[in-house]
Amino acid sequence: MADENWKPKIIAIICNWCSYAGADLAGGARIQYPPDIRAVRVMCTGRIDPLFILKAFQDGADGVLVSGCHFGDCHYLEGNYKAAKRMFLLKSVLKNIGLDDKRLRMTFVSASEGAKWGMVMSDVVKTINELGPSPLKEFAR
Amino acid sequence: MAEVKNKEARIGVFVCHCGTNIAGTINVEAVKEYARTIPNVVVADNYAYMCSTPGQNMIADAIKEHNLTGVVVAACTPRLHEPTFRNATAAGGLNPFRFEMANIRDQNSWVHMHQPEEATEKAKDAIRIAVAKASLLEDLIPKSVPVEKAAMVVGGGVGGMQAALDLANAGIKTYLVEKSPTIGGRMSQLDKTFPTLDCSQCILTPKMVDVYRNENIELLTYTEVESVEGYIGNFDVTLRKKARGVLTPAEAEARGIVGGGCTGCGDCATVCPVIKPNPFELGMAPRKAIYIYHPQVSPLIYTVDFDACVKCGLCVEACGEKKAVDLDAQDELITVKVGTAILATGYDIFPIEKKFEWGYKNYDNVITSLEFERLICASGPTGGHLVRPSDGETPKRIAFVLCAGSRDNTGVGRPYCSRFCCMYSLKHAHQIIEKIPGAVPYIFYMDIRSFGKMYEEFYYRIQNEGAKFIRGRVANITEDPVTKNLHVNAEDTLLGRPIDMEVDMVVLAAAIQPAAETERTRRLFGVSCSQDGWLLEAHPKLNPCGTTTAGVYLAGVCQGPKDIPDTVAQAEGAASAASIPIHRGEVELEPYFAQCIEEKCAGCGLCVNQCPYQALSLVEKDGRKVMQVTEAKCKGCGTCGGFCPGGAIWMQHFATPQIVAQIDAFLLGGEQ
Repeated sequence: MADENWKPKIIAIICNWCSYAGADLAGGARIQYPPDIRAVRVMCTGRIDPLFILKAFQDGADGVLVSGCHFGDCHYLEGNYKAAKRMFLLKSVLKNIGLDDKRLRMTFVSASEGAKWGMVMSDVVKTINELGPSPLKEFAR
Repeated sequence: MAEVKNKEARIGVFVCHCGTNIAGTINVEAVKEYARTIPNVVVADNYAYMCSTPGQNMIADAIKEHNLTGVVVAACTPRLHEPTFRNATAAGGLNPFRFEMANIRDQNSWVHMHQPEEATEKAKDAIRIAVAKASLLEDLIPKSVPVEKAAMVVGGGVGGMQAALDLANAGIKTYLVEKSPTIGGRMSQLDKTFPTLDCSQCILTPKMVDVYRNENIELLTYTEVESVEGYIGNFDVTLRKKARGVLTPAEAEARGIVGGGCTGCGDCATVCPVIKPNPFELGMAPRKAIYIYHPQVSPLIYTVDFDACVKCGLCVEACGEKKAVDLDAQDELITVKVGTAILATGYDIFPIEKKFEWGYKNYDNVITSLEFERLICASGPTGGHLVRPSDGETPKRIAFVLCAGSRDNTGVGRPYCSRFCCMYSLKHAHQIIEKIPGAVPYIFYMDIRSFGKMYEEFYYRIQNEGAKFIRGRVANITEDPVTKNLHVNAEDTLLGRPIDMEVDMVVLAAAIQPAAETERTRRLFGVSCSQDGWLLEAHPKLNPCGTTTAGVYLAGVCQGPKDIPDTVAQAEGAASAASIPIHRGEVELEPYFAQCIEEKCAGCGLCVNQCPYQALSLVEKDGRKVMQVTEAKCKGCGTCGGFCPGGAIWMQHFATPQIVAQIDAFLLGGEQ
């Protein structure tokens, strides 16, 4: 079913203080990872309205990554806890509407974890490649 | 506000080559040509270094020439150059917040170096996403807040003391918070300092007295940070003054005891019947339950160890009319307001017994370097006579094991270089040659890192004095059960043969690690740490004293291993950085505030509990309840905006339409 030329479309919504900084650090260290993910920066994962993620899936995203600070490290004290709760809830919604909840992933990458960012990138791309195109793709646009 | 006004967005896109950093991987010409096809883009250009003066001028000129409403620069990371390009945007006459950055270096060309085509496509997407946001950006005005004319330094070691002195001498009221009963830190435990062989106490105690006497410094010893609230310019720090059990003369006077308070006479300790190991002497000397760490403490005030005290009251009697001892003392919480804070929390010694092959704590005559410092120090437990713990004899053959737990990738020790062990071990070698006739130091090393000023010269001097250097890592140490001598097994990698050397004593140059309280303290101040636990600076090269939390700075070893001169230099840098907002008198906060879209707000109040800063409240307006934001408290995280079920919260600069536009631009905008 999958198009031969299909390439996953994955969007990462990441916090400014930890994961975005960790992604920059991966760059400084020249850690190589697959180029399939596009990042949108927010100040805190707490900013992420679950509707953003549903919008991304509706637009045809094959996967969404949300990445923030480790618990206890949030620049705004507890935004990442709230984001984690929302993502947990949203995953069960996705499952109920027939979308594999592995298409939504939340990770915690600190500003010093460039290598971990590279691993997360590779792993997310691998997961989405295994899952194939999103079944919602035909609804897009 | 709620309605985005830029119907006629006119965006300029500028693609940076960053020399070959970007252009070596990404086809910048193709990216520029593509950018010209993106809706709303009226001009696109590229240049070798957008951050240079000509590059910035390009932006300003294009804003005027093309009447731009927004600017996109595709270059490095906003964490590096967003301020630069905001200034360039402002120079062109546009509000600086109408700038958006596309990261095509740190998160693209550098991480996809072998995939130029995919990297080029990713850069096009990144620019499209940035243009979508830039088309919806609005004018924002930063909020200025006044800065409290006071600073706090956490940690009273040599770094913290230097920072406090500099701040105080610049006319700033400074609270110096130290958890132990005295300032001085690790440096006060050292005997001599390399390479000058200055006596550590002799150069430190005058500084301790300066700190104690400085009228701008409020010295809070035996005190810990309990909680931190607020932001740059306005931190409310709550401190726990632990129950000391002894009144200072000032405290005694406040209680109406005329001429009372502790004078440091020590009559109380003389009569105290409880004996405990003294942590300052690393347990090698006794102390009483009412004690001072060492004779040069500052302030010279005794402290009751309430965990050990039996409350017999003999000390109260001995103190007599001074009435300094108060065995019913309780912890006290105080809150102070400061504009900026410096963390100088220092280090602990790595628990080297974890490297069991060297037998520390199993074999009597295996000691750490810090224990060596106390044993060789004239004010130490043995009066400066180096003796074997097993029998009190003077050792003649002493092995020094360098990188003990440092540069260790086994997972047991620490992967980093602790930086000062080579140099202090050379100094130890000098000291035993000088003090013990006929003694020979054997130094087992991986590399000798004598990197500082006059350090290499010091290394040559110790070689000439007769120290023996063996390049090889010590595999294990065994003890002769009768003589308690030690056998050091290693490979001499220069001669290529194994060694079994019998020595009288082994000194382990143990690794260092962040002080135990560092983790808790950094979280209170919202400071990140590196993988090893050292506190994370704002930029490793260009901002080594700052942190990502505005108004919080770092000094000394808490940021990473460094020796005394480097610690003092960084402390002076941190003090200078921490004094800038205070002297300016006000700081600008990024205006990423939440705003209530009152037409949409149902007044449910769910957002109020989401805010970690109590910045939101419900107010009556036109006969119904709506949410109201206190901007001075809002830090712009957007947690309320991510939660509002009615979409009634407008997060400035990260508004829902702006983020949705980015998502749409990536997923729907590409092949149209």
